Amino acid sequence: MPTFVYMTRCDGCGHCVDICPSDIMHIDTTYRRALNIEPNMCWECYSCVKACPQFAIDCRGYADFAPLGHSVRVRREEDKATISWKIKFRDGREKNFVSPIRTTPWGSIKSPADYAPPSAEAMKSQELAHEPEALKVAALPTVSRDRFKQGAI
Amino acid sequence: MLSNPFAALSASVSPAIMQTYVVVMALLVVAGTLFDIIHKQSATYFFNNWRDFKDKAKRQVGGGEMASLAVRTAVVDVMASGEFCNMRRRIAHLLTMYGFVIYVVTTIMMVFAYPTAAAPAGVAALWYIGSLMVCAGGYWFWFFIRVDVAAEGYSPFRFVRADLFIVSLVLSVTFALVWAAVQATGNATWSYIFLGLYLLATTVLFGSIPWSKFSHMFFKPAAALEKRVAEANGTMSNLPPPANAPRKFGGGLKHARHY
Repeated sequence: MPTFVYMTRCDGCGHCVDICPSDIMHIDTTYRRALNIEPNMCWECYSCVKACPQFAIDCRGYADFAPLGHSVRVRREEDKATISWKIKFRDGREKNFVSPIRTTPWGSIKSPADYAPPSAEAMKSQELAHEPEALKVAALPTVSRDRFKQGAI
Repeated sequence: MLSNPFAALSASVSPAIMQTYVVVMALLVVAGTLFDIIHKQSATYFFNNWRDFKDKAKRQVGGGEMASLAVRTAVVDVMASGEFCNMRRRIAHLLTMYGFVIYVVTTIMMVFAYPTAAAPAGVAALWYIGSLMVCAGGYWFWFFIRVDVAAEGYSPFRFVRADLFIVSLVLSVTFALVWAAVQATGNATWSYIFLGLYLLATTVLFGSIPWSKFSHMFFKPAAALEKRVAEANGTMSNLPPPANAPRKFGGGLKHARHY
């Protein structure tokens, strides 16, 4: 089941609209608040739930794994680089988790656009982009033809 | 130029009519908000919610603490529009909010206390300043900040019901300024045309309260107080508490950047 918006908390800022990979979070034309316009296409990625600065979005999980009485809520704190989860089971148990959003500094990873485009030889090569350097090996492992004899490996 | 426009108007429209109109607009605010509350059952929802998280509270919030939370809500969330995370939206809202308050208060002062005479210079000047603030915040929001335009790519001239409040507010204040300027030039015909447009936009603004978001100025402070009380009594709307070990994870941004 999909995400839904607590319209009393939503201020119509549009972060969920920007981030939804399914393009189903939009702004309601009556109240100017966020609205999931296609609940059956929601895959519960929680992007909008995490992105909402007002914590105004929640998700109703499918009843087979998230029965009535459950609660899964998330607090993403970008300034502390943490993401915290509170899971409430229907028998009253609560579990809290705190994880880092990332363990490398923001901006430390180059985007694809910052790399030079591949040469013609690289496009014909069997190696994928950034191989073998990205794998931190000198060369990809190979198997010689004579090792393919039965019983050799 | 910056004179009391209502004093000049009193030559053709009696002050009693102007004052009656203002009173009717005030009654529309009260009636519209009450109708909104009853029709949408927002008060029922609010009090049910309040009772629900009081029952689930992990700690009781005393009278003194409640008063302190109310003051913080009033100062931070209401007067400083602190709930906004985006600075542009916050500044636009502050301009519009304070501009509207200044404009309404000075309108009431001029219509009731100085309907036929020149108002003190500061009062008339504040009327113009308040109107300009509403225009600055309102048009900035309408053309650049509105999510329909900024995030969804719609044309700024696409109108939906959600726009009823901001459009009627900005048009009302714009027509007020144009009417005051035209009236000062002595052009009676155009002055009456813009006065008519001003009255139309103002009546739509106050008369459409059950269908617009006008009443958010009453609901949002209540919702903000409820949020602070929920944080104080431990329920926090089922949210996990703020992380208390930020140093472990390093690399975090100093200021949250919401896209």
